[in-house]
Amino acid sequence: MKPTSFSYHRPGTLPEALALLSEYQGAARILAGGQSLMPLMAMRMARPERVIDINRIDDLKGIRDAGDTLTIGALTRYNDILRSPLIAAQMPLLAEAIGHVAHHAIRNRGTIGGSLALADPSAETPATCLALGARIVAQSTSREREIATDDFFDGLMSTALEEHEILVAVRIPKRPTALPHAFIEFARRKGDFAQAGIILAPAHDGMPENRAVIFGIGPTPWRSAALEAAFGGEGFAAAPKAALKDELNVYFADDEAAAFKLPIVMTLAQRAFARLKP
Amino acid sequence: MTVSPDEPEVVVRLTVNGAAETRSVSPRQHLADFLRDELGLTGTHVGCEHGVCGACTVLVDGDIVRSCLMLAVQADGAVVDTVEGLSDSGEIAVLQQTFLARNALQCGFCTPGMLVTAADLLRSVPEPTREEVREAISANYCRCTGYHAIVDAVMAAAHGTEQKP
Amino acid sequence: MTEVVPAIGRSIPRPRAKRLISGRGRYTGDITARRTVHVAFLRSPYPHAIINSISADAARSLNGVVLVATGADIAQHCKPFAGIHRLFKGMKAPDQLPVAVGRACWQGEPVVAIAAETRAIAEDALDLIEIDWEPLEGLGTPEKAVAGVVVLHDKLGDNIGYDGVTASGDIDAAFAGAAVVVQDTFRFGRHTGVSLEPRSILAAYDPSDESLVVHESHQCPAQQQAVFADLMGLQEHRVRVVCPDVGGAFGLKQQLYGDELATCIIAKMTRRPASFIADRVESFASDNHAREHVVEARMAFDPDGRIRGLMIDDLFAVGAYSQYPRSSIGEASHVAALTGAPYDIAAYQARVRMVYQNKPPVGHYRAVGHPIACAVGESLLDQGARALGLDAIAMRRLNQVRDGSGPHTSHSGFVLNGLSVEATLDRVLEGFDVAAFRKEQAEARERGILLGLGIANFVELAGTGAPYYGESGAPVTAQESCLVRFEPSGQIRCHASATDQGQGTDTAIGQAVADAIGVFFDDVEVISGDSMACPSGGGAWASRGASAGVEAAVRAGRAMRDEILRLAGLILQRKPEQMTVAGRVIRDASTGAELVPLKDVATIGHYRQHLLPPGTQPEMSMLRSFVPQNQSFLTTNGVQLSVVSIDPGLGDVRLLRHRVAHDSGTVINPMLLNEQIRGGVVQGLGAALFEEIRYGEDAVLGTGTLMDYLVPLATEIPDIEVVHVANADPGTTIGAKGAGEAGTAGAAAAVLNAVNDALALIGASVNTLPITPERVLAAIDQVTREDQQAPGNYK
Repeated sequence: MKPTSFSYHRPGTLPEALALLSEYQGAARILAGGQSLMPLMAMRMARPERVIDINRIDDLKGIRDAGDTLTIGALTRYNDILRSPLIAAQMPLLAEAIGHVAHHAIRNRGTIGGSLALADPSAETPATCLALGARIVAQSTSREREIATDDFFDGLMSTALEEHEILVAVRIPKRPTALPHAFIEFARRKGDFAQAGIILAPAHDGMPENRAVIFGIGPTPWRSAALEAAFGGEGFAAAPKAALKDELNVYFADDEAAAFKLPIVMTLAQRAFARLKP
Repeated sequence: MTVSPDEPEVVVRLTVNGAAETRSVSPRQHLADFLRDELGLTGTHVGCEHGVCGACTVLVDGDIVRSCLMLAVQADGAVVDTVEGLSDSGEIAVLQQTFLARNALQCGFCTPGMLVTAADLLRSVPEPTREEVREAISANYCRCTGYHAIVDAVMAAAHGTEQKP
Repeated sequence: MTEVVPAIGRSIPRPRAKRLISGRGRYTGDITARRTVHVAFLRSPYPHAIINSISADAARSLNGVVLVATGADIAQHCKPFAGIHRLFKGMKAPDQLPVAVGRACWQGEPVVAIAAETRAIAEDALDLIEIDWEPLEGLGTPEKAVAGVVVLHDKLGDNIGYDGVTASGDIDAAFAGAAVVVQDTFRFGRHTGVSLEPRSILAAYDPSDESLVVHESHQCPAQQQAVFADLMGLQEHRVRVVCPDVGGAFGLKQQLYGDELATCIIAKMTRRPASFIADRVESFASDNHAREHVVEARMAFDPDGRIRGLMIDDLFAVGAYSQYPRSSIGEASHVAALTGAPYDIAAYQARVRMVYQNKPPVGHYRAVGHPIACAVGESLLDQGARALGLDAIAMRRLNQVRDGSGPHTSHSGFVLNGLSVEATLDRVLEGFDVAAFRKEQAEARERGILLGLGIANFVELAGTGAPYYGESGAPVTAQESCLVRFEPSGQIRCHASATDQGQGTDTAIGQAVADAIGVFFDDVEVISGDSMACPSGGGAWASRGASAGVEAAVRAGRAMRDEILRLAGLILQRKPEQMTVAGRVIRDASTGAELVPLKDVATIGHYRQHLLPPGTQPEMSMLRSFVPQNQSFLTTNGVQLSVVSIDPGLGDVRLLRHRVAHDSGTVINPMLLNEQIRGGVVQGLGAALFEEIRYGEDAVLGTGTLMDYLVPLATEIPDIEVVHVANADPGTTIGAKGAGEAGTAGAAAAVLNAVNDALALIGASVNTLPITPERVLAAIDQVTREDQQAPGNYK
């Protein structure tokens, strides 16, 4: 279980990294925290000819208050986020979600940008950023662009990021501290990837729509129209079971899988909505 | 060491257990293999090589990490501490004593990673509850003990009491 | 000088653990030899496929590759082998070779071996090998295998390796006259041991004297020495197998693996030391698997709850081959032997069939067969109690084999040593208030949480006697030996045939020898795990260390003490029986007066023999052996109690409390014993809730990593309470009984019964292990559907 051989690059600046990525397009992988890429390489499921290690690029680290948003550098590690007073004060939902990520040793290395770029459908970070209405900042040698998380996760471990782009940051609209939220997931063991999870984030000035995200089930986390329809008014009492089943049936033609996933999603949704109540 | 074609080696300089080390390594070698095969520090164990079992846990710049999920070249310039160094410095002597007294190990293969993890917990939470200990060591697989004795040993180290089995 | 205190009965820490806590363990993978080649195997990606051709030129020409060997190349250096156990009449097993030739029969079977300068280069070379495969249909379920959709091995005629019936009493009458008959079909998932140290071997062959030295992570060095010598055609006394520190074994390191034999052959072919360390992914695909039974079972009761009869039909699905040299039959034979064993059952019939399918071989994983037997018997008993409206604890008391009744022949024809089933059940219930629990259960129900209580009695085969493998034809011994040396320093060295993978066997042997001679525990050193340095014996399996291993040590220790006192008597002109060894001195037995330092006796015995009376020949070491000669297995018993909670919305089962009462006989070292039992419990809890190697119908492996084979972690497991009943084994001097299987034997059954106790609140039940959320939700879904016809039962 040893990786294939590769050439190793350790750029010190973002422009250097982008130049390398551009030069070796298709043959290079960006190495951030490595907590997912390293196992994939060990199992030879990823076989990059070149590895571009961005861990020494300090510009990609840190959390900045940018007025209406927080900008989190791609190389910010999970534990840096958990220890950040800014996050604790302005973005408790993100801290709560990251508290469910794996274990302490993994959180010491794993980065928010790596998790978003890898887009594991069971991972907490992509789903939470989607629920928070975050925008992904992608940089290439020629331009910087922002991609709404709504448009970012486009398939199983696949994103709108282009081959020559590096995910450099995520911008998240600040949430009023009094606003409730709900993060709930079901994992077999502490620290495991979720079998299913639900995040509810009610609308506010910086995010005009109520957001409900389901993750751990389909190929990507998704905004659930059925659950978003249940915000306010009748709330979850007007149980959107049929609509939820339709959403699940997009991924599970087979009734049995839906029969197992649906009760779990219904249970989690009920509990999540209960948490929104003051 | 023979290397594959097209695999230039890279020089890495780092401090391991207080000693400066310089080696030329293959970029694909992970830190755990580097510690074991290049430095002969076989206390760091390789149990899964995909970051799950925790047997390879070491300190890099003071933080616990999975050394199978880090390339050796990434540790260039870093300060790495392994169970051997922590043993020789006496830093984990109390935990070692309680692990021994409480039989918090059987085969011992998980033990170095378990000790490094437990020591890290006690640095940040000097007086943990049993639940906190269980949560901290839940990142480390033990197939022999059933965990109970490990929790006892960490509690005894933290609270300075030798608990009777 | 401090007084010597008996070592037996004290919680003495393990001397070997000192190096393990310091990062100074010596596992096979830590040992290096110059010019070692590192071996990797191309493993079959198909469960079943013809190998039409292998193109390996590109791999051979890769820089750093030393050898590329196909199955045919390897086969030139050994003979084929078949895992037949001759005690089981009519058993059939196919011949096998270390590396597949012509056809692969399981996904993960070694097909090509590569030796290279590093493991990474060997893996690079694997990528360059091209094989023309012709996939065949795979057998991935017991039912498909028994139906013979494909016959795996033409010579066997069908896929059934063994089909046998055990019976006693009039089974038809028992069922015909029953007040209630319960029946169920239980399914048990496929497991593996997941030792944290993967299988590892380092083999060095010296062509000058045709000797082979093997370091191997294994439980049985003597067996491996015999097997390697026999299969490779070497002289056995020129083969040495060393099992240094072993990072967990649990039975999975007890038999022969083709890839490990191939590594020895590669050492011979390359004339260089050869190392193979399985990585975690190939561990799942190639380590011994276990369990995977489908058991149809029925139990018949009288109106008062007395068991009238028990019928089981166990379909046991092994792999493509029977494991060598002990065979794969053990699980099924133990299911037949042990189902219902804690109870007096007048009529019994057990049919067991072992069937081959396209999966890795099944071997002996901790508590071989016990968890299946226990779950089936204990679940049926609970189901009977429910059907009759009786208390399941009272029903156990009604049917239990009586304590103190002496050796007892069970309904399966096994002689069980004096059991203590009544005492252990009483003991496990001490401090557990069932009525209070029922109240708590009702309150939790109001909150939507289902609580359940489960109890499981079990009988345990702990220590194998001569007949079981004596009849098998395999080079496996039930005898243990111990060589005790009285060193010139006056200290003691023991060389034990019993081995230690962390259980503490070395420590127990040290305690036994210290007491047998009368010296301090710290003055005794125990060496084990080396087929050359230690006498031949069984090693570690089936909980034999504390019974057979310790008994051999006691006998050797006493013989050594007698010789020490004889020499002291000659030196001091006293009668040996008037003296005792007491720590580092010899004392007058009646006055306690110090007579001579032990070291002085040693000095004379080793260096100053001329001071002894003429004709005296001092014997400075003693070897003694012990084998339970006439009994296939030593037996003991215990009981486990489990409390669980179920979140019915998620199908999630959480363990709240777990309690074990065990009859370990005389307790040698309470601390080590309790940890043995706890560790075993947690493996059983894994079986109950988490662990399953999943395969498709076509035998494609669906569980490849530690991410998807779920082993219990610290957060999932409660503290585990262990209490004892000390009913000394009359067959040995000390009377200790094995306890290595105990935890695993009964834990899953206790959890199964607790889950069904909880689910009974809503009329649901499960009968498949592991009890996953999917399975719990399916069970709840089923009663919910039924309730649509009769609404109101399920809230």
